[in-house]
Amino acid sequence: MTTQRRTFITAIGAAAAAATAGCSETYSGGQSTPDVAGETLTLTTTTSTYDTGLLDAIHPQFEDMYGVTVDAVALGTGAALEAARNGDSDVVMVHARGLEDEFMRNGYGVNRRDLMFNDFVIVGPADDPAGVQGMSSATEAFNTIADAQATFVSRGDNSGTHTKELNLWEAAGTDPGGDWYQETGTGMGEALNIANQQGAYTLSDRGTFLSQRSEIDLVIQVQGPIEGGPELLANPYGVMAVNPGVHESTNYDLAMAYIGWITSPEAQSAIESYTVNGEQLFYPEAVSENPDFQQYVPEDWNNDTSDT
Amino acid sequence: MPVDVPVQLLQLGADLPFREGYISSIIYVSLYVSVTAVVLSTLFSLPIAIVMGFADFPGKQFVKSVINTGMGFPSVVVGLAVLFVVSNQGPLGSLDLIFTKQAMIMSQFVLATPPITAISLAAITGVRENVRDAARVLGGTRLDVALVVLKEARYGIATAILAGFGRAISEVGSVLIVGGNITSADGISKTRTLTTAIQLEARQGQYDTAMILGAVLIVLVLLVNGIVVRFGDQGMQR
Repeated sequence: MTTQRRTFITAIGAAAAAATAGCSETYSGGQSTPDVAGETLTLTTTTSTYDTGLLDAIHPQFEDMYGVTVDAVALGTGAALEAARNGDSDVVMVHARGLEDEFMRNGYGVNRRDLMFNDFVIVGPADDPAGVQGMSSATEAFNTIADAQATFVSRGDNSGTHTKELNLWEAAGTDPGGDWYQETGTGMGEALNIANQQGAYTLSDRGTFLSQRSEIDLVIQVQGPIEGGPELLANPYGVMAVNPGVHESTNYDLAMAYIGWITSPEAQSAIESYTVNGEQLFYPEAVSENPDFQQYVPEDWNNDTSDT
Repeated sequence: MPVDVPVQLLQLGADLPFREGYISSIIYVSLYVSVTAVVLSTLFSLPIAIVMGFADFPGKQFVKSVINTGMGFPSVVVGLAVLFVVSNQGPLGSLDLIFTKQAMIMSQFVLATPPITAISLAAITGVRENVRDAARVLGGTRLDVALVVLKEARYGIATAILAGFGRAISEVGSVLIVGGNITSADGISKTRTLTTAIQLEARQGQYDTAMILGAVLIVLVLLVNGIVVRFGDQGMQR
């Protein structure tokens, strides 16, 4: 036994030495450490990317590559963009295209890239009091919930999910209000717990719902596009740098290095292989043979230019 | 820094679902920020309390009520105010203090100063009446009288410092706003404290781990109180 263990430990030691040797070789390949080494990149992002653990899983790769530190601050999409607007972050990763477009139009953000997507799902109690199970239209489901006055929990925090929910109500032509509609002003996890306690419906991103499914009794009533549901429930994430022309102090070159890295095939495949409880949470979409040029500019930008 | 305490606590929570070094690093950040803020607050507050305890000046009652109001400042409002100051657009923007421990110390300083000033002042005023005359009669100068009063009031001043520490280490609103609740990718805290970690767990609906972190916080506060009270008692016996 002892001998075996010793052999094993020696093997580990040898492997570690080999790994380290590999590392030092890579580093000594350059004559000196790069100038960016030791710098800090501040990323403001949404609670849904942070709380799923994705960033902690993939960031070490970027940090090792450049010898830098990434400070990820998890806020709602609205607050993440506001921090960037004040010049308090270098790069933002959010999921509300309308707010991102406004941010770009106002000159604060440049070089936006589509990063990845997952989808939203409408979840509710298993007995489905409003009867929306399996509906193929998100707006129809919302209207049915409103007609039945079934309790609906809204994030109410100007997050990407909240913005999406408001857009869906608008598309449904319903102005939600009354005792059945409850704004909680909390994060997704708390909102799911509140909905769970009250037997209520809510709109959730699939990642947060999956990571919490074991602790709550809610089930998916209307699927998003990943499982064949309506395209309206898509949840695309974008990443962009803070405009150094507006905020001189922003760490623009490192922000662009970050965007370059996270949209690279390597990081994109790390995103693809990231799972929680065996489920894939995010689907990369930055690498494509036919890039979608709309990702760089606000939507309908062409129309704007032809107007003016 | 008292390194032993976090290590012991880490062993208590050895089977927690956190990465290695996570809990000890957030305990370190919590203590570093709160203790530094309370030390600075004490250095700032005690002279004010002493001056107000010994001197009479017009508007003294008004200053007192301002300090007492300060005890009730909502920490979120203080956090917002500090955010405006240290944000890139604010007066201290060029110092790059946003999302750092220094910004957290600033906001906790603002939060801890009113209770430390007010309670120290109460302690000094309480002693002053009894002892001042005796010290004078024995031929003491103004400075002697002040030193005697401070010595007699030390237990109350210790209570004041503990109250400030309690306020600092237990508040979540301002450190979340100005600190940003940051850890590195390998789970070592940069600006995450016990309270913001609890808030994060609650946001994710993980109420049991949130409760465990809450228990760690309570144990920590108990330990600090125990240490300070014991010092105070030893001082009294001598």
